[in-house]
Amino acid sequence: MADFSFPYFYNYPPYFTLQPVRDTREKQVELWKQLILKYCKHHKYFVVDLEEGDFPLFANANIDRKLTYEAREVFLGALVSEGKAEWMDKGHRRCLILWRRIQDWAELLLSFVRENGMEDSVMTLEEIMSGDETRGSELAGIDRGVLIRAIKILEQKGKAAMFKGQATDDDGVKFSAH
Amino acid sequence: MEGAWTRIMHSVQLTSSGRMHLQQGEVECQLVDAVDLDCEGGAGWTLKTGLLTLTTHRLLWLDEKGKKAWAVPLGAVGQLYAVKKSIKSMFAAPRMRFQAWTQRDGKLATHGQRVTELVLTLVFRGQSGVPDGFVQRFAEVLQAKAWQQKRLEESPSGGHKGAGSSLETSVHKRPTVSTLNPAMAGVSGILRKEQEQWEETDKNLHDAFQDLNGLMSKAKEMVILAEKMRVRLLTGQASTVEEEGVGTNQEMQDWMLSVGITSPVTKESAGALYHQQLSRQLADFVREPLKRSGGMLAMVDAYCLFNRARGTELISPEDLLQACTIWQTLDVPVRLRKFDSGVMVIQSKSQSDDEVFLRLTMLVSNGEAEKLGISAAEAARALGMAPALAREQLLAAEGQGLLCRDDGVDGLRFFSNFFKDINASTIFQES
Repeated sequence: MADFSFPYFYNYPPYFTLQPVRDTREKQVELWKQLILKYCKHHKYFVVDLEEGDFPLFANANIDRKLTYEAREVFLGALVSEGKAEWMDKGHRRCLILWRRIQDWAELLLSFVRENGMEDSVMTLEEIMSGDETRGSELAGIDRGVLIRAIKILEQKGKAAMFKGQATDDDGVKFSAH
Repeated sequence: MEGAWTRIMHSVQLTSSGRMHLQQGEVECQLVDAVDLDCEGGAGWTLKTGLLTLTTHRLLWLDEKGKKAWAVPLGAVGQLYAVKKSIKSMFAAPRMRFQAWTQRDGKLATHGQRVTELVLTLVFRGQSGVPDGFVQRFAEVLQAKAWQQKRLEESPSGGHKGAGSSLETSVHKRPTVSTLNPAMAGVSGILRKEQEQWEETDKNLHDAFQDLNGLMSKAKEMVILAEKMRVRLLTGQASTVEEEGVGTNQEMQDWMLSVGITSPVTKESAGALYHQQLSRQLADFVREPLKRSGGMLAMVDAYCLFNRARGTELISPEDLLQACTIWQTLDVPVRLRKFDSGVMVIQSKSQSDDEVFLRLTMLVSNGEAEKLGISAAEAARALGMAPALAREQLLAAEGQGLLCRDDGVDGLRFFSNFFKDINASTIFQES
């Protein structure tokens, strides 16, 4: 995987300090929102954990700066209010980043099935997430929760049906994508 | 008869903050507001409702707008007429009359020429009587003839000027030695004279500090002494005097430089006009300190400098604040500035924020500072102002969107606001 290229201002210390002046803050939030989405998409990150502080984007060792918890919450909160992220708990400790919307994931899944002639086939969720069929496609590495919600959208349209296996591993989906 | 007085009265120069320039050694004694100056006989004219100031040298009249001032030299004043007590005077505004003489050119006499007699009347509007003690003070300053002392000092007095190292007061008090005195000749004569002069000075100092009244009557000598010392320190003459204090010359000089105000505005002399006059005097006073401190002065610094210059007539912080607040209503070249943080400073009007901001933005876009930012201390050094004030300026510039901050391990540092130069909608597109 190609290295992620950081924008030049990632090495400017003020980028890591929550700016108190309104106009400046708005610009800063905007730049962080875009960087978070781009970074997560590049590395296929879906869940950002605020507490652990091990989300590498939030700390820049080169200039010895990292975002405070408050700053992380502000920037992720801005994504949440735009519908591009969701808090996974009430305490705002974990955040699901939706760099692609759920229905776009559903579309992507549907076109993958059609392109590979699997309109009537059955796949387990594990196969979609990390199986040979999806390897190299954009679907590989998809978050389980996101995948289930995408399949539910297809279910509503009558293009797929989820079924339970004996173990969680065996949960699967039957496509009827004609 | 607009302007008739211009041929008789002496005009007075005003400072940039509207206080009258005092002459060498002149001290204000009393201020009275809303006074008419009326001239009877001859042309007959009236100066309407002005601010009257009685000094040791002159009677000054400043018009209401504070743009023009006129003076009656006390040398021109003859007799003071008793305040008339009559039925009529109970209804008219209180007034006092005095005799004044003009010199040959028609102006009021400055030193005792008597060509034409005039009768001037002071009409105290808005007062229920001639203000307390005004007549008495007037008589006192006439008696003291302080203006004549000054003239004596100016007149050449043989070779004494050349010696120049003594208090001139002690010189003019004694009969001028115009014939050569053998005891005063040669090196021993100079030394003896020096000795005598020091003894005289010592006596003056001794008398002055004996009691407060003594101090007041010696005030002028003390002021002259202070000024003398200042001049000597400045010209480096002090080094010829073999004393251990030579090393502290610089210190002493700084000290003496701040002994600036020979005629402090006091509550006693200015009464109800106290704050307004104080305000103007303060405005004049802070100009020098402002120049030295980058156009901005913390209130605490101003308070200390001002009170040190005033000597014994100290003012309270409240008085200082009030004097600064009044600046808004006066036409003075300084202003009181309150930062968002609540810090208050005195700022000269010529120092605009834009100019300071420009310097700050230049500072942060230079070499190292572009990558490392600047701290308040660094900005203070570059701008020549106190760190606390530099910090306020940095915060103000940040508020204007010119700077942004880095609150890292090294404390608060400021950078050029690169955020505003970034186009958020295109910056991430190229890859």
